[in-house]
Amino acid sequence: MSSPHDVVITGIGLVSSQGEGPDAHWQKLTQPGLEPVLDASRFAPYTVHPLPAIDWNLQIAKRGDQRQMETWQRLGTYAAGLALDDAGIKGNDELCTTMDMVVAAGGGERDEAVDAAILAASESRNDRDVLLNEKLTTELRPTLFLAQLSNLLAGNISIVHKVTGSSRTFMGEEGAGVAAVETAAARIRSGQSTHILVGGAFQTEHSDMLLGYELAGYLHRGAWKPVWQRQGGEGGGVVTGSGGAFLVLEQREHAVKRGRKIYAELGPIVSGRARRRRGELDAEIASLLKQAALPNGELLAISGASGAHAATAAEKSALDANPAIAARAFSTLTGHMKEAQFPFAVALAALAVERKAAYPVFDAANEKPFSGIPRTVLATAIGYHQFEGMALVSAAD
Amino acid sequence: MANLKDHMGRPIVAVTGIGVVTSLGVGKTDNWAALTSGKSGIHPITRFPVDLLNTRISGMVDFLPSSSKGASLLTYELAETAAQEAVAESGLDSGDFAGPLFLASPPVELDWHERFSLYNSDSEDAGAERLLRVARGLKELDIFETTQFGSIADRLADRFGTRGLPITLSTACASGATAIQLGVEAIRRGECDRALSIGADGSATAEALIRFSLLSALSTHNDLPEKASKPFSKDRDGFVLAEGSGALVLESLEAALARGATILGIMRGCGEKADDFHRTRSKPDGSPAIAAVRAALADAGLGEDEIDYVNAHGTSTPENDKMEHLSLSTVFGERIGSMPISSNKSMIGHTLSAAGAVEAAFSLMTMRESVIPPTINYDNPDPAIVLDVVPNQKRNAEVGTVLSNSFGFGGQNTCLVMAREPV
Repeated sequence: MSSPHDVVITGIGLVSSQGEGPDAHWQKLTQPGLEPVLDASRFAPYTVHPLPAIDWNLQIAKRGDQRQMETWQRLGTYAAGLALDDAGIKGNDELCTTMDMVVAAGGGERDEAVDAAILAASESRNDRDVLLNEKLTTELRPTLFLAQLSNLLAGNISIVHKVTGSSRTFMGEEGAGVAAVETAAARIRSGQSTHILVGGAFQTEHSDMLLGYELAGYLHRGAWKPVWQRQGGEGGGVVTGSGGAFLVLEQREHAVKRGRKIYAELGPIVSGRARRRRGELDAEIASLLKQAALPNGELLAISGASGAHAATAAEKSALDANPAIAARAFSTLTGHMKEAQFPFAVALAALAVERKAAYPVFDAANEKPFSGIPRTVLATAIGYHQFEGMALVSAAD
Repeated sequence: MANLKDHMGRPIVAVTGIGVVTSLGVGKTDNWAALTSGKSGIHPITRFPVDLLNTRISGMVDFLPSSSKGASLLTYELAETAAQEAVAESGLDSGDFAGPLFLASPPVELDWHERFSLYNSDSEDAGAERLLRVARGLKELDIFETTQFGSIADRLADRFGTRGLPITLSTACASGATAIQLGVEAIRRGECDRALSIGADGSATAEALIRFSLLSALSTHNDLPEKASKPFSKDRDGFVLAEGSGALVLESLEAALARGATILGIMRGCGEKADDFHRTRSKPDGSPAIAAVRAALADAGLGEDEIDYVNAHGTSTPENDKMEHLSLSTVFGERIGSMPISSNKSMIGHTLSAAGAVEAAFSLMTMRESVIPPTINYDNPDPAIVLDVVPNQKRNAEVGTVLSNSFGFGGQNTCLVMAREPV
């Protein structure tokens, strides 16, 4: 039964190594046997899924604005613009100034050259704190700080796209993306908001972004393999990708009134925090699946599995335990996009619902075909290290 | 019997526990005594050498065991200490809080001391390549966890037994207020009866100081540190970087009364509005800050004439204080000249991600104690800013309602309205 306060998806903005926009992603990801776009040399021994060629001018008109951002903020601002365009909100002052925003963010890019110079000098200096002062006061570009600040992705979206109803930035890897979508949906459902921009971006082509995983040995090394096939491989199983995903969530009544196309309805969204060191992850995933109240019959699941060995094995065994579920781990084709992972999963789920077709298997050895029309699709994000979330995305009618 | 629903039919949100840490000390008692006697916590930096730095003073918290252990560990300890005080005061179980956690904390990065130590533990290759190779050989997760944005909240969730996925957020200098707002909203939506909202910031590293310094945001009045933060003064020249934490236990009034808890205050309303003008400067007409104040008043169901006191953002930067005056005088009209408005930052500096929560804690205490902390260092008033800033000396006054402002980089504007009593 639909209700006026339902949360519906009316805009999708996607960027990954596979291209940009919902149409391009649908066309690519529905090609059987699609190959991932990989760069195995630039950060060897790690493989990454690099950004596609992007004409930033298409979503960030002012060169001055582009210069104020590093690639991560530019990427997020760009993907947000795609979503606003798709929802018919971009350039509409009334809708933008009343639009709320929740961004899932990590940190921006440090200056690698300055860092490398400081590290090199530290080999011959014992007064390293003084060395830091010397180098940082003279070599840091003053505005770089703003290009690194987590909440400045949202800040740039306000400046470039004029979204100014409210602006909140959540931090914390996949969990930030889950909480952002969950909180946005709760605000719409309760009548606190009518339309919200929610999403995130991840720019992996920077050594610090890889270091964030590798301090715990999470990255996969050696030859690339699909997400489900990395157990026992060299390294920790994660192959990262640059990309971004933004959604426009809207109260059903609000979307209908302005005559917008609705991709799908969103909800329920469930989330959790397993104490993994105590071995709670399996039970937590099972509990989330139960809370999500899966429909009867064959179910397509867009899995945000990262490839991280323990988390991916736990998710796989939970999904395999339900023979009705046909999972698609999209990171096989896009790489892991951290804060953007859950919004990306929800977007792919919404596309399948709207196009009334499933994606073919991304890994024939581990995924099974799905032949029906997916009226409801599950989206998951089991964090590579912590935090878990899932959502059901359903046909809007 | 008290009304349990507000003017919009939502559950009224009460505060039943308050905790605070600043450079003035640990806990409400010490902080309040210092704050009401006009004492400054700003002091020379000793945590790292200040060679070549233009700013050599701060309001760092130097007296905790983690004070020298890096931003991530200190931020955790600050958050944990304030939250422990708040939860203990509320009378709830501090190991099984059983409500959600909202944490405002600074973005984290691998600390330079760790960077140096990892890098110099090896000599092959150079730069990032060497760091990555050393990193993947690490046998424990301690360093890794200092770089994960969700880890501080994860530890706090373990420590206090909060429920569900904890939310870590950043809205720059408005973060602490946003953490409170998220808790208020969750209770109003009926998702929970109680929430733990914390703002904590222990990120005053040399690099953070240099970054703000390069943006010309910091005071360079190094010679008399306690005089450096002088909000609304003519010779104000920037904010003073500081650390601290504030924590509130929020509860639906109904649940709090049902268990016989002491009601310390009421969160009446929250308002926000983003600015699209510039990354560090506000729209010249002040319209976003004005809209945020008005949104908070509307959410609280209060008119402009029903606010007794304003706990200012009052950073002591030329820009902020001017814009805050403009927006307050626009909203409150002529009355602004006779409304008390003071800045806690004159004594504790700018605690960044914690500021909104620390200052909400002090706002609640202002109402409970009927004492308004002063704006110190108000020796040279800015003639363009005509406000009753409660200059230099505390003032005894009945305060029933407070507006607390938080404005931040990236166009973040969040305002909270608090009241002493339920309606």
